[in-house]
Amino acid sequence: MANYLIRRLLIAIPSLLGISLVLFLVLALAPGDPFGELAANPNVPPEVAQALRQKFGLDDPIFLRYGRWLLAMLQGDWGFSFVSRVNVDTLILQRLPATLFVIGSAQILALLIALPVGVYAARRPYSIFDQIANTFAFIGFSLPTFFTGLVFILVFSIWLDWLPFVYRSDLAATGWRWYWENFRQAIMPIMVLALFQAASMTRYVRSAVLDVIRLDYVTTARAKGLGERRVILKHVVRNALIPVVTLVALQMPAVFGGAIVTEQIFRIPGIGSLLISSILANDTPVIMAVTFVFSCLVVLFNLIADLLYGWLDPRIKFG
Amino acid sequence: MAGSTPASSSAEVGAYGAAQPVISPWKDAWRRFRKHRLAVASLFVLLLIILAVLFGSYIWRVPINEIDFTARLAPPSREHPFGTDDLGQDLFARMLYGGRISLAVGLAAMSVAMVLGVLVGSVAGMAQGWVSSALMWLTDLFLSLPQLPLLLLVIYLFRDSLKAIFGLEAGIFIMVVIVIGGLRWMPVARLVRAQFLSLREKEFVEAARALGASKLRQVLRHILPNAMGPVIVAATIDVAAAIIAESTLSFLGLGFPPDIPTWGRLLFDAKDYLDFAPHFALFPGVAIFLTVLAINFIGDGLRDALDPRRVI
Repeated sequence: MANYLIRRLLIAIPSLLGISLVLFLVLALAPGDPFGELAANPNVPPEVAQALRQKFGLDDPIFLRYGRWLLAMLQGDWGFSFVSRVNVDTLILQRLPATLFVIGSAQILALLIALPVGVYAARRPYSIFDQIANTFAFIGFSLPTFFTGLVFILVFSIWLDWLPFVYRSDLAATGWRWYWENFRQAIMPIMVLALFQAASMTRYVRSAVLDVIRLDYVTTARAKGLGERRVILKHVVRNALIPVVTLVALQMPAVFGGAIVTEQIFRIPGIGSLLISSILANDTPVIMAVTFVFSCLVVLFNLIADLLYGWLDPRIKFG
Repeated sequence: MAGSTPASSSAEVGAYGAAQPVISPWKDAWRRFRKHRLAVASLFVLLLIILAVLFGSYIWRVPINEIDFTARLAPPSREHPFGTDDLGQDLFARMLYGGRISLAVGLAAMSVAMVLGVLVGSVAGMAQGWVSSALMWLTDLFLSLPQLPLLLLVIYLFRDSLKAIFGLEAGIFIMVVIVIGGLRWMPVARLVRAQFLSLREKEFVEAARALGASKLRQVLRHILPNAMGPVIVAATIDVAAAIIAESTLSFLGLGFPPDIPTWGRLLFDAKDYLDFAPHFALFPGVAIFLTVLAINFIGDGLRDALDPRRVI
């Protein structure tokens, strides 16, 4: 297991490097640089601007600049936010827990919806239940998160007045009340993300179970007298989950996209809303860092998916 | 052929044709597509939306930028079938106009993604050795890029210079299309490569090779047409994804400017008036939803029609 983990970690490093290279190239190829304003300012003599450029190495060849940037990122020197006047890494660490909480809960909830529905639908393919589930799945992933979010606010906050529509990190309540208030304000964003996820996951689960359920070993398990529950849970679902894990891991970039939208709608103080506000405020260091954190999270979730494979499919460990 | 003289001259053509009517692959696909009732219904809905968006503004001749402060945020009425927005502009006319952009972005971004994906996938599928693995590494790298953050980053960095080159509207249109398409080609490339890997070993390709067909001819005449089924399905679903991506950008206020009322942009403008003018958000939202749902169902029907082996 440790061997497998190390191998996977080693594979993750080149993809992280590749991602950082793509991000850096995008930034480097973009027109305009931090000293653009300086050059346009008539009060700054051109020699001074030139000296500054040289001091900060802006005229060096691009791979040298990339190396320097990467080294700084690795040492935890992520720069300084132009707008908030704090270090970028402190800013991101403040915001990250809210994002991870919403995304994580939404994924778990989506799995809790998709697994039973998908398995049940696959046990009776083309039955009424299957067709209804399928239609709902189509509706679910055709509804963009920004629209579901607005509809939820409209129904639950404005018409019914049940739930608050602004997420607050500075709740005044304490103790149990704090948990209750936190739960109430988190319901809508989590539901929006979870329903969107659950829709596509249900289809994955259904097709994966359908692929497995007709195999001979399932018939064998039934023939030797195992209960239906045991056959489905231990024999079918475990094997059907292997392709589902791949597809869910491939979906992670889309999940982060949805998280940015929900954070924006419900004003959750996470890194998604941080990204939008820094784009609107031209805060380049924060934008770069948040994009990089999102990429790292995607790689991290792919790593978790790889570990899940090892657990679901013992053959991989010896491979 | 000797010995097969027909009994009468008129029976000559009919005998075979009547017993075994020739069905072209497209006809066969259409027959399978028709069985998917929701897909057929969706096709009608989508055609209706496309017709409305293309020709609606010639029938509904209300200008999209006629400001009328006496009718701010008015609910739907006979004068304004979808109500008005925060400046008293007719929402129906704006949606007809904006829908044109939304659909055009979807189609154009899909084309970019398809061209890139088919190109990368074919090269990776035909080439052996390091070219293939390098291209696949690139594909996997792009797959693990977070699309929306990167989309926002690129738009933030390149917005101004493209505006300067192509003008405001065309600049943003080109950028949105290229960026969305440029981040959606990876699944297509993988699909095409997988198809190529199996097709290029088939006997009919071997026959073509034996007859001296060049690599390019093998690909264009023999392999690619046979690989197109799943690609068409992916292309259809990609249009829906691109429409959602464009709407998301506009909804975040980073896509098209306010004077180009794409459906996402309308939602962005509407979200602050949700409490007293819900129609303002509901109409564009439902339009996006219906379009995307119809396209997804059509994609599902096409999968039944063109890719019958797959069970999803």
